[in-house]
This record gives sequence, structure tokens and C-alpha cells, in this order.
Amino acid sequence: MSAVTQDTAVSTGRITRAFIYLVLILFALFYLLPLYVMGVNSLKPLQEITGGNMMALPSEWTLDPWRSAWSTAQIGVEPTGLKPYFLNSILMVVPAVAISTIIGALNGYVLTKWRFRGDTWVFGLMLFSCFIPFQIVLIPMAVVLGKLGLAGTVPGLILVHVVYGIGFTTLYFRNYYASFPTELVRAAMIDGAGFFRIFWRILLPVSGPIAVVSVIWQFTNIWNDFLFGVSFGGTSQPMTVALNNLVQSSTGVKEYNVHFAGAILAALPTLLVYIVAGRYFVRGLMAGSVKG
Amino acid sequence: MGFLDIRNVTKSYGPVEVLHRIDIAVEEGEFLVLVGPSGCGKSTLLNMIAGLEGISGGEIAIKGRVVNGVHPSKRNIAMVFQSYALYPNMTVGQNMTFGLEMHGVPKPERDRALADVAKLLQIDHLLDRKPGQLSGGQRQRVAMGRALVRNPDVFLFDEPLSNLDAKLRVDMRTEIKKLHQKLKTTIVYVTHDQIEALTLSTRIAVMNKGHVQQLGTPKEIYDTPANLFVATFMGSPAMNIVPATVVIENGHPHAAITDADGTPRYLRFSQANLAAWEGKPILLGIRPEAITDPEGADRKSGNIQPFTYRVTVTEPAGSDTFVTMTLSGRDTIARMRADANVAAGQTFDFAVNMEKAVAFDPTTEERITP
Repeated sequence: MSAVTQDTAVSTGRITRAFIYLVLILFALFYLLPLYVMGVNSLKPLQEITGGNMMALPSEWTLDPWRSAWSTAQIGVEPTGLKPYFLNSILMVVPAVAISTIIGALNGYVLTKWRFRGDTWVFGLMLFSCFIPFQIVLIPMAVVLGKLGLAGTVPGLILVHVVYGIGFTTLYFRNYYASFPTELVRAAMIDGAGFFRIFWRILLPVSGPIAVVSVIWQFTNIWNDFLFGVSFGGTSQPMTVALNNLVQSSTGVKEYNVHFAGAILAALPTLLVYIVAGRYFVRGLMAGSVKG
Repeated sequence: MGFLDIRNVTKSYGPVEVLHRIDIAVEEGEFLVLVGPSGCGKSTLLNMIAGLEGISGGEIAIKGRVVNGVHPSKRNIAMVFQSYALYPNMTVGQNMTFGLEMHGVPKPERDRALADVAKLLQIDHLLDRKPGQLSGGQRQRVAMGRALVRNPDVFLFDEPLSNLDAKLRVDMRTEIKKLHQKLKTTIVYVTHDQIEALTLSTRIAVMNKGHVQQLGTPKEIYDTPANLFVATFMGSPAMNIVPATVVIENGHPHAAITDADGTPRYLRFSQANLAAWEGKPILLGIRPEAITDPEGADRKSGNIQPFTYRVTVTEPAGSDTFVTMTLSGRDTIARMRADANVAAGQTFDFAVNMEKAVAFDPTTEERITP
């Protein structure tokens, strides 16, 4: 007796299938090539890079470039390595992501379940903020940060990123909550739950997928941001700015192996977030479009 | 003064008034059904009782206390929603006690109330499950359980059965009725299903276009509909409405129906007051079950009129056979016993129970009252 298959894919012959996999593997290899180059070259002494093939595996394996990039490399005028900047980035990105996600969730909750006159306008304006290029707000933002006394500090950067992120997070949560049955909110109201209680007990527990989307989006954007960091970072510049200072320095020998290690270090946290939460990301993006 | 008083209540959205001066007094223990087509304002009225929608004019009082502007949770009401609105992240038990928890009832007391209601509704074995793991009928029970646990003054049901399949709907209907008879609670129940309205209620408010068309017991609504809307909305198949003229024969008012070939046929009215309408057109309303074969006619009726007519279509429906004929250009349905010997195209001897017939004024569409 043959089992009933739930396979909905088009059935193909063995040769076609082999061909498809071959093509896919080739594409994957091509796509992974830069990562390979970075990885391999960050593990070689500098002479091997300057003297020979970038594609070859190291003949002498070493972790020195990584140590150097992390703690001793010359960043601007200080030989501090990327470590303090990495810390700056973490101190900036964690609160900025958390705050903008929470505010976005609250906004989405209010815009869908506590509708008020003109709410579509408010939402429209917030959406509009997603389309404002960073460069336009630099000067006004600098003035505001200066007046608040937050210029050149981590809290200042957090504020900038929160303000910039709210548009996106509100969009995510509003669209997610729009498909959340309003009858549940009404039932909770009759049951005696207040504004925050309904949010906390009824909506938040089912917001997992969209929260992941919001966190990944915000984390990647804020972590990778260079312009705000370099403009408002002052003495507490984030990782991206430090990496730039490391790679773009025009004096001395270009230590490519250290640069590669530094670049991987800078990309590592976002990579980690994608690996840990990536499948929820896709699931969250699809939520609402397909029921169940 | 009733237990739940709806006095002169109106609802407007901007300049548009959607509910016009609704006046209903519900007694304690009554089962009031608000029934009407979609958009008639029945759900809006229910939401106003619940406090989920504001009241534009008039007042609503529960147990003598005016609740206009009182928060839904402080009205001591409970509501069962059409979609059940069970909290998906909580277990059945948590769902049912959430309201008590929000009202600060201590845990032992909550557990006791939960156990009582779960036993009553036979859902004790489901308490640890999530709503997503339940069938439609079970969810329905949980939704009712959540309302019952709070022991409220008034229960509000918003089309609670419309998401169930046909068979389950009939079962749950009986269940709700049993529950009401057992607990003697006050219930306001919204539905668009007239059968639900007739079977469940102690009183029905038939609504259309924001007006209460008629408020009365199921029997009053069914036998003496106030107007054409109520007559055709309540009952399935709908009441037959046939244009007729009142003529006086032997001192009695008769309904004269013009045949397809132009010959008039007379059906004697039981109501003598219709004599005042002599020579005027009326709309004659006859329920399908008042037109039968002579053997199936109601023996208690004092006014069975014979009526021979050509049958257009017969529709056997198991328990009954519906027979269609064309009177004054209108399809008219008669409800026969299943084994009545009728065939399409033949002429057949019908018996019309004119005691059950009603007459409507064709211009105002109101029933002509004795």
C-alpha cells in the first residue's frame, strides 16, 4: 500500500533534478565567495596576502589579525582596536531596538484597536517618515541633539535611531494587529482589562513573529548605520565608524588581514541575529497573508 | 420598570441616525431576541447595552441603574461573541477565569466558580487545552462558560451560533434553551435567524432599518405580525402575501382573489371588522401551513375554506411536501403532509384555514387590526 504523499512540488526526472542542484550549488558557491575570501585572508600573515594568491588557503594559520583588529589596531589616533566601539554599538543598538519595537507595538495597538479621529492621518505621516532620506535630517537633528545636550553621546544616538525606526516598527505592528480580531479586545474590555492589561496579556503574547521581524530589521539597520554614527557619535562612535577608520587609514601599511578580521567582527552580530531568528523573520513577513 | 430598560435610545454616526428611539423593557429572567436582517441595528443595540458603543440619545438602565457612560466591565454583563473571541494564548481555564482575575477575585474562589461552570457545561476535561485545539462546538461552550463564570446580571449573545454547522447549531440551540430554563438568567440575544428567534425567546424584537417593527412573544409575532415586514421575515417558508379585494357575501367579508383566467374566488374572513374595507384592495397573508389538503386541516379551526386550484410545483422535503401555486400572479406555497397525493400540473382540493389569515393595508403595509 502506498502512503499518501503531501508533496505538492512538480515531479521531475532524475537528470533534471541533478542539473537543478548543480546550478543551485554553483550559485551558492559564487554567493559565498566573498565570505570565503574574508575568512581565509583574515587567518593569514600579511606577507601571504601581499605576496601571493588571495584565493589560496593560508600556508601558516594565525589568529593574530583577529587579536589585532579586536584590541590593538590603530583606530584614528588611538591603538585601541575595535573593542570599545563594539561596546558602543551594543550599548546603542540594544536599547534603540527595544525602545523602537515597544513604541511601534504600542502605536500599532492604538492605531488598530483604539481608533480615534484622524488616526489614518497619523499613520500616514508615520509611514511618510520611512521615506525621508537620512541626509535631510542631519542638520535639524544636530540642532535638536545639541539643545537636548545629547550631542556626541550614546543616548543621543539611541534617540536618533528610535525616532527614525518608529515609522517602520509602527507599520509592521499596525499591519499585524489589523488582522487581530477586535472582538478579542472587546471581550477583554468586558472582562475588565484596561488599556495596558489588554496589550500585555492579550496582544503581546501573540506578537512573536512580528516582534522578530521588527527586531531583525531594526537591529540590522541600526548596527549597520554609518551616517548617524559618524555625524552624532562624537566620542562614542559605533562599530561602523571605527571600521571605516581602520580600513580607510591613509598612513602606514595596509594590513588587509586585520581589515578582513575587523569587517567580519563588524558583521558578526547581524549574522548571528539572522541565524537565530531568520526563520521567524520569514514566518512573520508571511503572517496575515496566509491563515493558520 | 424592567430589569434591563432601554428607554428612547438612539444611535447616530455623525448626521446619520441608525437607531431610532428604541424602547424595550426586559424583565428579570427574560430571554429577549433581537432579530432582523443585516444592517438593521441589532448588533449596534447589543453593543450599546454592553457599553462597547456610545449612546447618542436616551438611556439604558440595568437593575434600575442608568449605565450610560459606565465602562463595560462595571455593568455586570457578560457577552458571547460570534467569533467566540477566546484568548488564543491562554488555556480554556485561564480564558474562563480571566474576567474574575481582572476583577480581583481571589484564586480559590475563581477555581471554585470555574469548576462549577465547567461541570455544568461538561467541559471539565478541556480546561488545560488551548482554544486552537478545540472544535467549533467546544469553543462555543467555552465562550458561554466564560460568560457564566462571572455570574452577571445580563447575558449578551451576539449571533453565537452562526459559525457552527447546521446540525451543531440545532444542538447548541437546545443547549442554550436548557441552560436558560435551568439558570433563569436574563438574556439578550442577537440573531438574523428567525428560527433561532422563535425557538429560544420568551420575547422577540423584530428590527428593520433601525426601528423595532414589533415586540412580542414568539406566538404574537408569528400569528399576528404587526406589518408586512414582520410577516415575511418571520417564518420559513415565508408567509404568502396575495393581493385581494374585500367583498361582502351573505353579510360576511370575503377576500376576492382573481384567478389566472379572470374568475374571482372567495375566501371568507373570520374577522368581521374587515367589512369596513368593502371594495378596497388589501394584501391577504396566509402562512403555508394554513393551506393544506382537506384531511390535514386543523380540526380545531372554525373557518376552513375549500379551495380548488392548479398546482405548479411540488417539493417533497421529507417531513412535509411544499406545493406551489400561482395566486393573483404571486407564487403561493402550501405545506402538505409528506404523503399528500399531489402532482404538479393537476388541480387539487386545498383547505385554507382562514382563522389564521391576516390582512394588510397595501399602502401603509400595517396589519389591519380587529
